[in-house]
Amino acid sequence: MSGQFRQGASWLLTEVGKDKIFIAEDMNDEQKAFGQTATDFVTKEVIPVSEKIEKKEAGVSVNLLKKAGEIGLLMAGIPEAYGGLGMNKVTTTALSENATHQGSWTVSYMCHTGIGTLPILYFGNKEQKEKYLPKLASGEFIGAYALTEAGSGSDALAAKTKAVLSPDGKHYILNGEKMFITNGAWADVITVFAKVDGEHFTGFIVEKDFPGVSHGKEEEKMGIHGSSTTTIVLEDAKIPVENVLGEIGKGHKIAFNVLNIGRWKLGAACVGGCKRVIEHTVKYVKERKQFGQPLADFEAIQMMIADMVIKTYITESMMYRYAGCLDDAIDTLDKTDAEYEKKSLKMIEEYAIEASIAKVFGSEALDEVADLGVQAHGGYGYIQEYPVERFYRNSRINRIFEGTNEINRMIIPGTLLKRAMKGEIDLMGEIQRILSQLKDGFAEVDIPGTLNNKVNMVNRAKKLAVYVSGVAVQKYMADIKDRQSFLLDMADFIIEVYAMDTAIGRTLQLLEKRGEDQCELEIAATKIYINDTCARLLNHARQFCANVAKGDEEAFGKYDKAIGRILEVTPICTLDLKATLAEKSLDKEGYPI
Amino acid sequence: MKIGVLVKQVPDTETKIKVLDDGSGIDENGVKFIVSPYDEFAIEEALKTKEANAGSEVTVASLGPSRCVESIRTALAMGCDKAIHIDDEGSGPDSYVTAKALAKVIGDQGFDVVFCGKQAIDDDMGQVPQLVAEFLAWPQVMILENLEISEGKAKATRRVSGGAKEVYELTLPAIFGCDKGLNTPRYASLPGIMKAKSKPVETLKISDLKGDANNKLEYSNFRMPPEKAPGKVLSGEVGDQVKELVRLLREEAKVL
Ligand SMILES: Cc1cc2nc3c(=O)[nH]c(=O)nc-3n(C[C@H](O)[C@H](O)[C@H](O)COP(=O)(O)OP(=O)(O)OC[C@H]3O[C@@H](n4cnc5c(N)ncnc54)[C@H](O)[C@@H]3O)c2cc1C
Repeated sequence: MSGQFRQGASWLLTEVGKDKIFIAEDMNDEQKAFGQTATDFVTKEVIPVSEKIEKKEAGVSVNLLKKAGEIGLLMAGIPEAYGGLGMNKVTTTALSENATHQGSWTVSYMCHTGIGTLPILYFGNKEQKEKYLPKLASGEFIGAYALTEAGSGSDALAAKTKAVLSPDGKHYILNGEKMFITNGAWADVITVFAKVDGEHFTGFIVEKDFPGVSHGKEEEKMGIHGSSTTTIVLEDAKIPVENVLGEIGKGHKIAFNVLNIGRWKLGAACVGGCKRVIEHTVKYVKERKQFGQPLADFEAIQMMIADMVIKTYITESMMYRYAGCLDDAIDTLDKTDAEYEKKSLKMIEEYAIEASIAKVFGSEALDEVADLGVQAHGGYGYIQEYPVERFYRNSRINRIFEGTNEINRMIIPGTLLKRAMKGEIDLMGEIQRILSQLKDGFAEVDIPGTLNNKVNMVNRAKKLAVYVSGVAVQKYMADIKDRQSFLLDMADFIIEVYAMDTAIGRTLQLLEKRGEDQCELEIAATKIYINDTCARLLNHARQFCANVAKGDEEAFGKYDKAIGRILEVTPICTLDLKATLAEKSLDKEGYPI
Repeated sequence: MKIGVLVKQVPDTETKIKVLDDGSGIDENGVKFIVSPYDEFAIEEALKTKEANAGSEVTVASLGPSRCVESIRTALAMGCDKAIHIDDEGSGPDSYVTAKALAKVIGDQGFDVVFCGKQAIDDDMGQVPQLVAEFLAWPQVMILENLEISEGKAKATRRVSGGAKEVYELTLPAIFGCDKGLNTPRYASLPGIMKAKSKPVETLKISDLKGDANNKLEYSNFRMPPEKAPGKVLSGEVGDQVKELVRLLREEAKVL
């Protein structure tokens, strides 16, 4: 494959359908088989010992990780030269998505294959990779990642852990304590961040058996009870100098880039979580009877199921699009190039906005879906015997780790504006175009078929996102970076534009492939999502501009008029569409798409 | 050794089976297909036999429509070496003709031993292996629980009803129908899945293999079984409940 490079966030300025995106339906047989092996493994090996996992019975989760290693579930993303399979991101998405039946174990697995392995993969030198990657690939070593400290969570670079070169120059002596470290009690190798001489933020590859390395007791958590979360204590820990990861003082590069991948992987796992909740819920509502009929027959319950399916469709579309886009970009690189990994990282950085979107959208989608799942179960959803209870509790952490959703939200407009300043993305030009279109009128596109109106709506929503951002930037100029309320709102517009653009992109591609009558569910989900979201964004845009105008009625009036011109939403009847989504989901006893 | 495994592709055990509106068959739309679970034990036994006998080779044979190749790939990913897909050319399920075609393939391949599931979980006929054995004049042991092979001979244990066991000593070639409990099938590992891509799959046609055999079965109509009426829960004193139960069994269920 020769690949294709798309500029990060370019979808914001590109008309719907102009760019072919990767869709889950395009996975090849091998990728599907990988996903199947993950599903088989989790349902046959992990789920039966779920209780033991939740009680953190000694060795259970770790042995399962090692067993997963034996059948290759830990090696997919690692290059062949280091004992892996060199698989691309779409393939690892399929794995992440399907390893989601037992949430606690999912977190252990995702931590190992994600932030536990990736720092060495992307930043390790040849010797480090040769030494650690084959063992991480096979499961002989369990991995972890220690960035957070008691005093530095979101403010990750404020770490206090200190590293000092030993007098003989052979070791760094580390002192400090890392907090909330996933796989903390089980890990054999941990990427630890510390400041050399209290100043230069740096990554270290730390083995659990190095002198001075230990872990604290397990935290008592709200959810993911079966995962390990401990402190990592470094007391005059002796780390050989050859275990410095990357360059001294360049630890932030590792921290942030690894999180970029971690964020999309988290999103991918959330897709699986949504599907599992739907499976448990539809089975339950078919069994349970009230007023002499199964819950499934009540319209109220059907609406919930439809909403769960719609959210899942959008989230799934997004994760595969991201993975495919990154794969396409990395495919443009020459694998034999000595700089290959470094250049791959550049690509990952290119899609930092998309990675943050995936994290925020995925984690919030799963929270919503799990919430609906509990609600459809009634009181039983609150009882531990029912799996949906666990999904609800487990889901909550996703909005907190790998960068809180607030931090991720602010990265989105922050990065976009920085790129616009550098002239990398033509936001300013687009704002000018919108201003003149407000005078001269907007051109409509004409795409044959049932989605034409939605295509135009999404195109307009893009313009709305750019317009309101422009309004705020024009008022606050460089100070916008400190106006969190506006940044968070801007993030919301951009996230939803990406969500809608992705959903309609996928559905249009499916229409072309299979014809309209074979895409009933996809069309229904797309239409409802776009209508609901545009209606919400419209309101949101007015509120946003009222906040910018700050009581200046004339200014608000001008913004309000513009908003009304840019986007118009006419409600559609969603009853039949939702009924169909629910019916198909109930029929299939799971996610029907 | 030349080892053969017969694999059938069947709907996933969790499939909600739906009958086509005109009753002409099963609606395959949206159905997920898998390797019949008993055949997984056969694949595992074949692989174990291969591992115990250096220089052996395992060939999978599957008869059915072209989608069967997915299941063949699963068997190859588990570790089988090569495969034969026998295209059923839309001929419809028929144990007799299926067995004729498979027997021809097995004979041509010159297998020393053949493994299969004790039955396929779709139509649960459980007669193809016995027919194949008959056509080849081979010994067969079904519902296999344990197997030892050495020097062209086999000692096979099978369960019979009532908890008893039968032990057979026989001379290869032979065919064995595998049951749950015989072994633990391995997973199609990720490296296995990748290797499976380049393993050879030969396609043959049923019409070239079945000779003059014709279908013995004719399918006239498919219907769903009638829905089960809900159960009754008795209440009250235990003594009264027993009396009521006996009465119901006699008068309503008419089984006493
Ligand atoms: C179960 C679990 C597992 C974890 N696993 C790991 C792991 O394996 N490795 C690891 O290194 N860490 C791990 N963490 C730590 C996790 O990444 C942090 O908890 C997270 O980054 C938030 O940091 P904090 O807890 O210090 O919260 P804080 O940073 O104190 O945040 C508190 C609140 O303030 C907000 N906030 C903070 N700064 C800003 C700002 N500048 N602007 C606006 N709002 C802000 C946050 O969004 C949040 O709402 C884990 C945590 C948990 C609970």
